[in-house]
This record gives sequence, C-alpha cells and structure tokens, in this order.
Amino acid sequence: MIHVFAFYLFACIMIAAGALTIFARNPVHSVLWLIVAFFNAAGLMVLLGAEFIAMLLVIVYVGAVAVLFLFVVMMLDIDFAELRAGFVDYLPFGVLIALVLLAEILLGVGIWQAGPIELAQRAAPAPTDAHNIEAIGALLYTRYIFLFEAAGIILLVAMIGAIVLTHRARAGVRGQNIDSQNRRRPQDAVVNVNQPVGQGVEL
Amino acid sequence: MDTASLLMTAPELILTGAGLILMLIAAYAGDGSARLVSVLAVAALAVAGVSLTGIAGHGGDAFDGLYVADAFATFGKVLIYVSAAVAIIIAPRFFAAGRAIRAEYPVLILFATVGMGLMVSARDMLTVYIGLELNSLAAYVLASFMRQDSRSAEAGLKYFVLGALASGILLYGMSLLYGFTGSTSFAGIATAMGDGLSKGELFGLVFVLTGLAFKISAVPFHMWTPDVYEGAPTPVTAFFASAPKVAAMGVTVRIAMEAMGSALHSWQQIVIFVALASIIFGAVAAIGQTNIKRLLAYSSINNVGFALIGLAAGTAEGVASVMSYLAIYVVMTIGSFLCVLQMRDVNGQPVEEIASLSGLSQSRKGLAAAMAIFMFSLAGIPPLMGFWAKFLVFDAAVAAGLTGLAAFGIAASVIGAFYYLKIIKTMYFDAPADAYAPAGSRIESALIAVCAVIIVIGYLLNPLLDTASAAAAAALQ
Repeated sequence: MIHVFAFYLFACIMIAAGALTIFARNPVHSVLWLIVAFFNAAGLMVLLGAEFIAMLLVIVYVGAVAVLFLFVVMMLDIDFAELRAGFVDYLPFGVLIALVLLAEILLGVGIWQAGPIELAQRAAPAPTDAHNIEAIGALLYTRYIFLFEAAGIILLVAMIGAIVLTHRARAGVRGQNIDSQNRRRPQDAVVNVNQPVGQGVEL
Repeated sequence: MDTASLLMTAPELILTGAGLILMLIAAYAGDGSARLVSVLAVAALAVAGVSLTGIAGHGGDAFDGLYVADAFATFGKVLIYVSAAVAIIIAPRFFAAGRAIRAEYPVLILFATVGMGLMVSARDMLTVYIGLELNSLAAYVLASFMRQDSRSAEAGLKYFVLGALASGILLYGMSLLYGFTGSTSFAGIATAMGDGLSKGELFGLVFVLTGLAFKISAVPFHMWTPDVYEGAPTPVTAFFASAPKVAAMGVTVRIAMEAMGSALHSWQQIVIFVALASIIFGAVAAIGQTNIKRLLAYSSINNVGFALIGLAAGTAEGVASVMSYLAIYVVMTIGSFLCVLQMRDVNGQPVEEIASLSGLSQSRKGLAAAMAIFMFSLAGIPPLMGFWAKFLVFDAAVAAGLTGLAAFGIAASVIGAFYYLKIIKTMYFDAPADAYAPAGSRIESALIAVCAVIIVIGYLLNPLLDTASAAAAAALQ
C-alpha cells in the first residue's frame, strides 16, 4: 500500500516539476524545478530496487550537473523577451515542421522491429542475495578492475591537461615557502623601536 | 586477479608507471627537465617494446577476455611505440624555437600510448572505449600544446568538440550493441550476431563504425583533420598522423572481423563507400592546398581510404594487407613530417608554405631527395614501398571478388599522384625561393635517412613484413 502511494507521489510530483521546468518564466526557477524532478526520479529508482542509480542521480545530476546549470544560467544574461519576439510569426511554420516530424516518428515506430533483447549472454547476471550496490562494487573491483584503474588514468590525464593548458608562472607573485616560513624566528622579523614623538619612523 | 593477466598487460603497466614517475620528475624539476624526461620516456617505450617479446606478445586473453595479447596487438603496438618515440625525439628542438618547451609533453605522449595499446589489445567494447578516451584526451591537450599560438588553441578546441561528439556516437552504438546482444565482449557480440542480424544490432553496428570512422578521419567524418593537423605543433601532427591512425585502424579491423565477422555483408558496403569517398576526396581536396601540413592531412585521409580497401575484402589476406599498409604508411608519414620539420627560415621559425620549397634541390640536396622519395612513395610509384602497400590491398580486394573497387581505387590513386608530383616539381624545377636554415640536428637528419632507406630498399624487408602481417591477421578469431 505504502509502495503504491509512494509511486504515485513521486511520479505526480516529477511530472509536475517537469512541466514547471518548461513553463517557469525565470530560468533559475526552471533549474530548481529540474532539481525537484531529479529527486523524484531518484525516488522512483529506489522503489524499483535500483538504489545505486538513485544515488547516482542525486550525486551526479543534482550535485554536479544541476548546480553547473544554475551557475551558467546565473552568469548568462539571457533576454527572454527578445528570444520570444517573432514567436507568432514563426508559429505556423514551426507547427508544420512539428507535424511532419511527428508523422515520421509514428511511421518509423510503426514499422520498427528492433529484434529481441538478449539477456542470456550477460557477463554477470543480477545476484538475488546481494544489494545492487554491493553487486556492482564486487564486479567493478574484480572482473573490471583493469578498466577501473585505466579510467583513473584518464582522470589523471584530464588533470594534467587542465594544468598544462591553464597554468602560468606569473612574475611578482609571492608563493608559499613552507620550510623557510617555519624556520623564521621572531627576532628575524620583529624590531622593537623606541619611537620619539613627532618624528618619522625609519624602517 | 591472476598474475598471468598482469604479465600480459606488461607494456601498459610499464608505460603507465613510467608516465607517473616522469610526471613527478616534471612537477618537481620544472620545464628544465624536459630533455631528461624525453630521454627517459623514449627508454620506457623501448622497454615496453622489449616486453612484447615475452608473454605480453602472445599470451592470449587476459582479465576474463577484456584484453588480449596476440600477434595482431603486438604488430600494432610496435608501430605505435616507434611513432610515439619519434614524436618525443623530434619535439625538444621544435618547441625550443618557440620557447614553449614543457616537460609534460613526453608524459602526455606516454599516456596516449597506453590508451592506444589498450585499443589494439581490446577484446571488449569497454576496453575499446577506455583506451580511445585515454588516447583522445591526451591528444586534445597535445593539439593545443602551444597555447600562446591561436592556431594551436583553435586546433585543440575543434578536435575536442568534434572528438567528444564522435565518442558520444561510438558510445551510443556500443550501448545499442550491448542492449541487443547482451554482451560487451567481441565474442559475445559475434555469437549474438551469428543467428541473424536484427535491426537493433544493425543500428549499433552503424553507430560504432561511424564513431571509428571519425577517429581514423575517413570521409565523410574527416572535417576536423586538415584544421587540426595544420594548427597543432608539427611534432604533434606527425604523432597524430601515425600512431593514433594505427590504433584506430587496428581497433576498427578487430571489431569488424572479430565482433561483426558474421555481419560482413552489412558493414562491407559501408567500408567500401567510406574507402572510395576517402580516396577521392583526399586526392581532389589536396590539389588546391598551399600549406604543406594541410596537404599531408588530406594525404592521410587518402591513405586511410586505401587501407580500408583491404578491410573491405573481409578476408585474412585483406587484414594482412591493412597491417602491411599501416606499417609502410607510418614510415612514409613520419619521413614526410620530419622533412616538414626541416622547413625553417633563417631565423629558425617554422615555414609551412609549399611555395617555400621552390628550388630546394639546389640549396638542400639531401632534404629534397628525401622529400622526393617520400612523395614518390606516397604516390605509389614502384619500386618504392608505397607501391607495394597499395599492391597488397588491391590484390586482397581482387582476391575477394571486389575487382570494381580495386579498379576504381587504382584510377583514383592517379589523381593523388598529381599533387605529390607537384611538390617534387616545386622542389626540382621552380626558381629558388629563400633558403632554409641549415639542418641543425643530427638525430633528425639520421631519422630522415633511415626512413628514406627503408622506403627505397624496403622490398628486401618484404618477406619479414609479410610474415608479420600474416601472423597478425591469423591471430584474429
């Protein structure tokens, strides 16, 4: 019962949030609605028993992609009134193209026979006695460890590349020199001056 | 995890370890260590090459069939390591002229080489993709390595955007294949395709071939090639034109033969079209070029077309001819780019105009002769090696019953010969232009001489090359 209730709750909120993403006038609101939609999609994944994908949705889509979106939307100064100008003029032509595309999609789907999806050949059938996070982890760190490590090297190359392309040695910058900073003693750096009144300081 | 698998991946482990250590040296010692890092990187490539003589060269499947160490992979890796070593050796002098020498260059080449090694050794779509990304990501950075130069930055950005698009297409194809065959391994895909090719599998096949056609820069996915080759620093261009071509071609051949072997008639027509389009477009578009690097970019498109004719045959003989073609192509291309590196004005600045080659035969006799040899060979004039390469692919095509394709290819190679001969005419019969700076590097001159000698007396090496490429072709299942 609670399962069914949770499904309809997540599904309805997700569809509503999706619609509001499109219809919100303010682009920042759009992105926020998108985040709501992602969260509810994650909820649906949990109901399906795919908790790993649910976590990925939250971490990757909400944590990284949506925040990046928000960043970009806030930085760009988009004039939506200007974008909407001429909307009515182009409407008939747009509708015509939409109809053509729709007809093509219907035709394509109608005659589409993709063939069976094979499940017998899977390298690792889903285990029944383990959570799927555990199962994915066990597979990733045993059978696919070689590729997992190689993917790590890709990230390293990306990091090296970013530094090579953007790092510049600027002149006149005071970098840290931890060793000499630690070796410095108060008597090297601080001077006690008995300063007479009315005269300039000599440093 | 078993030790045998680790031993079979020895070349990749050696290169990765060397890359990490050299990265630390580069980070702590700064750009002053560029020369030292370069020497050590070449040494690491040599060690990795030597390791191929052991179990890493013929051990068979490793890591549950994700990776394979066989004669095909070894053939590809030897070519890749040689090209990478040359790209490292010729770099310091080029970058020193622009004061852009950086110690990260050899490190990035090493990591790209690891990726290419994974590609030719892949027997699983996942390995193909990881290897391809590792290679591509390093290549994007290398293309824009001279970041002060706007052309180099443009080349890097173009390569990155279009390369990411191609990776996406390739990945889409792989996911379709996985969905409709239930497996990412080549053997599993071959099993599923064996009982008839479904529409879904056909879609996957087309997308995968499209993504790979981009990586080998075959028409109609070649648009990035001239711009990237022109903009990238010349040593990097020499690298792009040789090693990644071998790797991408190797992975294409392996996927086509091992994973999609039973769908030969489905991909054969695609490969035939791509091959003919590449040959004709590569030849025709090169005619109007004035920049030598752009011209060589079109020449590489043209050559990829010829190599694909061997693949179109779909036989073991055809695969052997592709491997022979790649080996000979690498030598010709590296030789040509070494000659391009010699093109510097009296101030030591690189020159890329073809017109500046005028009368080279009077000022630099040796360089002009070497360049003429490479151009004659690329044009396929006997008895040079370039002729033998073309002969092998056409022979394989005829043997497979594709006589029309072979005839068309031969006719189109005449168009290609026009612009190669035009360069020779410019060097030997035109009024001299401003002389170049004298050759400054013994190593580069020696490398040019070695390439030229291989091209000229290469037919003595033919039995060796034939044996190696036949063994490579036989290794494919």
